[in-house]
Amino acid sequence: MKTKFTTDTKLESEIAYFENINLKLESGDIIDSFKLAFKTYGKLNVYKTNAILVCHALTGDQYVAGNNPITGREGWWSRMVGPNKPIDTNKFFVICSNVLGGCAGSTGPKELQNGSDVAYGGNFPSVTIKDMVKAQSLLIESLNIEKLFSVIGGSMGAMQALQWAIDFPDKILNIIHIAGALKHSAQNIAFHEVGRQAIMSDPIWKNGKYFENNEVPERGLSVARMIAHITYLSENAMHRKFGRKLQSRDIISFGFDADFQVESYLRYQGKSFVERFDANSYLYLTRAMDYFDHDETFRKNIEFSHNPNNHLKYLIVSFTSDWLFPTIESKMIVNQLNSLSREVSFLEIDTDKGHDSFLLEEPQLDDVIKGFLTNNYAKIDE
Amino acid sequence: MNKINSIRKDWSLIETLITQDRKILDIGCGDGGLMEQLENNRNAKTHGIELNRDLAANAIARGFNVVHGNAELDLSQYSNNSFDYVILSQTLQAMMKPKDILSELLRIGSKAIVSFPNFGHWKIRLQLLISGKMPVTESLPYTWYDTPNIHFFTIKDFLNLCNEMNIVIEKSIGLTSKGRQFDISESITGVNFFTHEAIFLLSYKNFEPIKIKSSKKVFAKNSVIAN
Repeated sequence: MKTKFTTDTKLESEIAYFENINLKLESGDIIDSFKLAFKTYGKLNVYKTNAILVCHALTGDQYVAGNNPITGREGWWSRMVGPNKPIDTNKFFVICSNVLGGCAGSTGPKELQNGSDVAYGGNFPSVTIKDMVKAQSLLIESLNIEKLFSVIGGSMGAMQALQWAIDFPDKILNIIHIAGALKHSAQNIAFHEVGRQAIMSDPIWKNGKYFENNEVPERGLSVARMIAHITYLSENAMHRKFGRKLQSRDIISFGFDADFQVESYLRYQGKSFVERFDANSYLYLTRAMDYFDHDETFRKNIEFSHNPNNHLKYLIVSFTSDWLFPTIESKMIVNQLNSLSREVSFLEIDTDKGHDSFLLEEPQLDDVIKGFLTNNYAKIDE
Repeated sequence: MNKINSIRKDWSLIETLITQDRKILDIGCGDGGLMEQLENNRNAKTHGIELNRDLAANAIARGFNVVHGNAELDLSQYSNNSFDYVILSQTLQAMMKPKDILSELLRIGSKAIVSFPNFGHWKIRLQLLISGKMPVTESLPYTWYDTPNIHFFTIKDFLNLCNEMNIVIEKSIGLTSKGRQFDISESITGVNFFTHEAIFLLSYKNFEPIKIKSSKKVFAKNSVIAN
């Protein structure tokens, strides 16, 4: 394997290049060379026992903490990761990489095809959660880390954490799985399909070749984001935040302007998303989530894995108001692990903030993550 | 004895029933106090179930394997004989279906440890007799309308149920209201009168296969066929 590291000064991110590696994807396609953009926080200890991989969700990136140069804002989980935060970078070495198929510096539809000056666009091969995790495992290997202390993620990040437990149990000690499931449900696939149709019916999309004219299918991508954003909230949270309040006016307009605050908010969400995310990448990554399905196979994979996985600890967390990945889905994982006498902890946190709760202020989430990591790390230190 | 002391006493007695290096499920584990004690003193591998969200969160944050859930719904997920001991401390009387729970305990555990307040204690009998009202005592401190305890039973009731379910009582410890400790099986007379709280170590009877010497298969009434 040929790995090369460089720093992208524009993105302020490390890039790991994997050359002539012929990464075989689940679809059967092969990517001969690829790169992953990643950030690290904190220091790896001498024995390399304190490394944690954080996996980002659908529209996340490697900027989990600190400043994100793409948006100019704080990293997407900076309330969770940092010095003295629940995932304490004074103690742990935190790695976060942009997923394969993403658009923040890793190989994906936005990047140039190997040995050409044209972007992949719609020619990018279909990637799955398993493929993303395989690529991450190569990154961890090239960082000379034999064993990760923990793999942590919410939503699509939880899917990756679970995939780590299935594919590379010998390379990890525990996973923290937040707001995830064994499979992407029919309802979730349905919402993703509406989002993809919005992008693909934008005339600017042009079968994924919009970049040839330096254009972006803004309308389609922003509508996709607006739909998705609704699914990340809950009715109560929306009511609490917006109610039927009007935006910059005292009376309704009897037209189709954004009369209501909730409309204005969604339009803003759509608009700002277009500035930071690639439409093709959105198609590929939503598809990767749709294909995720361990409903029938998870128990067998854990029970009969040729990689020993008895040592693994699992922390599974769900939220009462999350209707995208409801508690029942988390409990299915817990049930199957308990039936195999595995070391599993489970908590359903009471909140009205919906699926997005894992990114928001939830003191109980902070407490269990901090405690779970600290106490289990103390045990390996003994 | 106040409530905290009574629980501590309960835990230390439970500990005496448990041997080294065992795998244990604590039902209603709270924030993991008993699990911690058994890990420290018995080198046990512990798992817990806790219904209360905040207590479950505390236990998880303290590093214990705890599932936030309802034992009456969630025990079915565990495989047969997946634990050496299953502990149900001071909770049986609050269960919807105590009999089902009891058989679940001995399905998933080789042995079960069950502790409960004795409704046959003389103070309780006397209160009901004299005042004609539902008794309120240190071990059953709730009024009838807000008590979590929905199934009241005495030691005699419990022994009868165990007998009916072919459950063997391996050890039994009684506590008087002053905290004096005695062996329930050895002190036959007055046990149901003086025992304030009781702790039982339970397992299933092992039956010898019945040999039937007959060309026709006729089974005697009430005989038990072992697999």
